[in-house]
Amino acid sequence: MTVSAQAPRLPSLIEQIEGAQDRARTVFRLKFAGTWALLLGLLIFGLWATGNIDTTFIELWGPFILLGAPITILLSVVSIFFATLLAIVGAIARLSRNAYISGVASLYVSLVRGTPLLVQIAFIYFALPQFGIFIDSIPSGIIALSFNYGAYMTEVFRAGIQAVPRGQREAAASLGMPERLIMRRIVLPQAFRIVIPAIGNDFVAMVKDSALVSVISVQELLWRARQVGTQEFRNFEALLIAAAIYWIMTVVFSFGQERLEKRMARGDR
Amino acid sequence: MTGPIESPSHISHPVTGSHLGSPMVRAEGIEKYFGRNHVLQGMDLEVRTREAVMLIGRSGSGKTTFLRCVNFLEEPSAGSVEIDGVRVAADPLHARSRAHLEQIRQIRIRSGMVFQEFNLFPHMSVLQNLIEAPTRILKVARPEAVERAEAYLGKVGLAEKRDEYPARLSGGQKQRVAIARALCMEPKVLLFDEPTSALDPELIGEVLRVMEDLAHEGATMIVVTHEMHFAREAADRVVFLEEGRIIEEGPPEKMLDNPDDDRTRQFLRRFLASPHPGES
Repeated sequence: MTVSAQAPRLPSLIEQIEGAQDRARTVFRLKFAGTWALLLGLLIFGLWATGNIDTTFIELWGPFILLGAPITILLSVVSIFFATLLAIVGAIARLSRNAYISGVASLYVSLVRGTPLLVQIAFIYFALPQFGIFIDSIPSGIIALSFNYGAYMTEVFRAGIQAVPRGQREAAASLGMPERLIMRRIVLPQAFRIVIPAIGNDFVAMVKDSALVSVISVQELLWRARQVGTQEFRNFEALLIAAAIYWIMTVVFSFGQERLEKRMARGDR
Repeated sequence: MTGPIESPSHISHPVTGSHLGSPMVRAEGIEKYFGRNHVLQGMDLEVRTREAVMLIGRSGSGKTTFLRCVNFLEEPSAGSVEIDGVRVAADPLHARSRAHLEQIRQIRIRSGMVFQEFNLFPHMSVLQNLIEAPTRILKVARPEAVERAEAYLGKVGLAEKRDEYPARLSGGQKQRVAIARALCMEPKVLLFDEPTSALDPELIGEVLRVMEDLAHEGATMIVVTHEMHFAREAADRVVFLEEGRIIEEGPPEKMLDNPDDDRTRQFLRRFLASPHPGES
């Protein structure tokens, strides 16, 4: 039969096709990475070639600026945590059948989203002392970032909760579960999975937005860069270092987030 | 074990109804409006202990809505439901009080529901799906709940799936787990809402077999179904609905072979010509 005559050829053909596909994929990746390396290399070389870059400044003050990175990360991690808590409470409140509770949550979201983050930061640090409320710069920054992101994430969580199929609540209710338990055991765990990619995005955005707290003298990346840049009249180098560190951090976190998402997608859904 | 499958007194499947016990479910004067659409126009249904009642009728006749009114997943516009002595009256004009909600919850604890779309909890293993409500609602101790869950899983033929997640089960397996989940609460009555309508044809049999066993073992059940063969095998009584009213009811042989009402006859004739019309 012709089929059996051809059969021995088939595996080798499949291998050849797969091999060609693998090679094409590798070539694409190499070109892709090469493009990055080339462009970045050109940029760095171009800057160096101007002869205007003070490399000793970078060597001298680079470590000082880099020490802002842990503070930036600390601010972001603590703030994303509290923002997530606020968002869960805010989302449940917004979806409440109680008009007062829903109203409070919706006003919170509206006020926070309707004013600039920079104003909120300044308000807490510079305006509250007028009422005798003094909050240190780092806690002020955390409060502002948490409240601000909490408001945006409230909407994210609300959408996540609403994305859990209605049948899930009905099944739980039909088993006699009261509403609080349904929310805690059935709806929130599923909503959380839905919004994890969004939380990751917000975290990366927060790492960058945390630069705003430099205005209240939190000694994070930007503050340090401004400090030594102004002092040594080397703003270009100082800000370049800060930008590079922000960029590297976001690349690393985005990569981690991608991995996390892929793992969740493979999960038991 | 107690609950719906405890009645050793009858194993055969008498048509006469002599094996039936006292009334377990009583729905009276159930009406339901969706907007201005009068979906249920005064339905009365009494189901006795160990009785299997099948609701049939074309899609849009109100059978699913009625079933959902029995455990208040839909709030009836009028009427009352009593299950195992707990009676709740429809009260659509007022916000539900705490006491009213608790009464509804008591009704739901006493009735187990199986949905067309299974509605297993995807973030929990099969075992966790089964013990979640018994441990948290009935306060059954965990070891006992696990034992109970394993027994019911064995009953639906899925003992080896206890640690799987729902996503890894076929539709038929999911629905059998959903039945086991309802059984784990040892309810007084089982409510089935078109449990095979979302299944591929080759998976329907395994689910119907489980349900048939339950019926023959004396579980009290109300089933919305389009499976006429199953109704004939498992029902004590078949109820035909049209436009939110009960048109006719009786033992399955009579209802399916020789109904009195023209509308029932017409439904069956059309239905047997094309047994799977658009599901509601």
